[in-house]
Amino acid sequence: MMVLFFALAAIAVAGAVSLIYQKEPIHSALSLIIVMVALAGLYLLLGAEFISAVQIIVYAGAIMVLFVFVIMLLNAGNEERTNFSRMAAYIGLPLAVILGAGLVYFVSRGSQEVANPDAVTGTTRPLAMMLFKDYVFPFELTSILILIAILGAVVLARREGD
Amino acid sequence: MVPVSYYIVLSAVLFSLGIVGFLFKRNIITMFMSIELMLNAVNLAFVAFGRSLGQLQGQVFVFFVIVVAAAEAAVGLAIVILIQRNRKTLNVERVNLLKL
Repeated sequence: MMVLFFALAAIAVAGAVSLIYQKEPIHSALSLIIVMVALAGLYLLLGAEFISAVQIIVYAGAIMVLFVFVIMLLNAGNEERTNFSRMAAYIGLPLAVILGAGLVYFVSRGSQEVANPDAVTGTTRPLAMMLFKDYVFPFELTSILILIAILGAVVLARREGD
Repeated sequence: MVPVSYYIVLSAVLFSLGIVGFLFKRNIITMFMSIELMLNAVNLAFVAFGRSLGQLQGQVFVFFVIVVAAAEAAVGLAIVILIQRNRKTLNVERVNLLKL
């Protein structure tokens, strides 16, 4: 269990570093897919099978395909460096490192309790029960949100005069 | 078993890497992907906390976060296409019409 966790965590962090390091957007997108697959494995370790499957199907499948599609459509190549990104390096990087170190420090000072072993397992059925009983109103609201997003995307990306 | 704080530390590391990517990258698509990375880090924290508390609300929340991320990606990438069409660049520093 521990070995699996550290292997998946290493893959996820390596993918995230690669996302930042790569110059081509398409390579960054492929790195992000690696991170998402590793996170799906971590969800399995946490006993969240449904979320793990949704992570693969919706995130790694649909959303990242959308990203790759747009990158290819726009023929996005190497990004150019400018002076302002150097300013981000001098001010932004220390701030981000301080934030990350602080988060890690304070979180790791917390309790070392082992993840609740008798938590709900086989979560798809109880999850569906909760989603369609207690959270049915937010669920319906998200369907309206998706509808608005589809309309917005179509209206925005349409060519003038069509 | 793995302690919950390990998952939270991993989540914090991924979130910080997302922030670094957002600050460093000048390509609007890669900045977008950094935001997705941050959303994923938050999702991991939700699932880990839900597991440690023995509750399912965390997973329900992750479900909604994924739905909103999908909507955000659709609209955001449509805006990216518009920017490319109107300004012939993906560099955010050249999209500075509102800058003083």
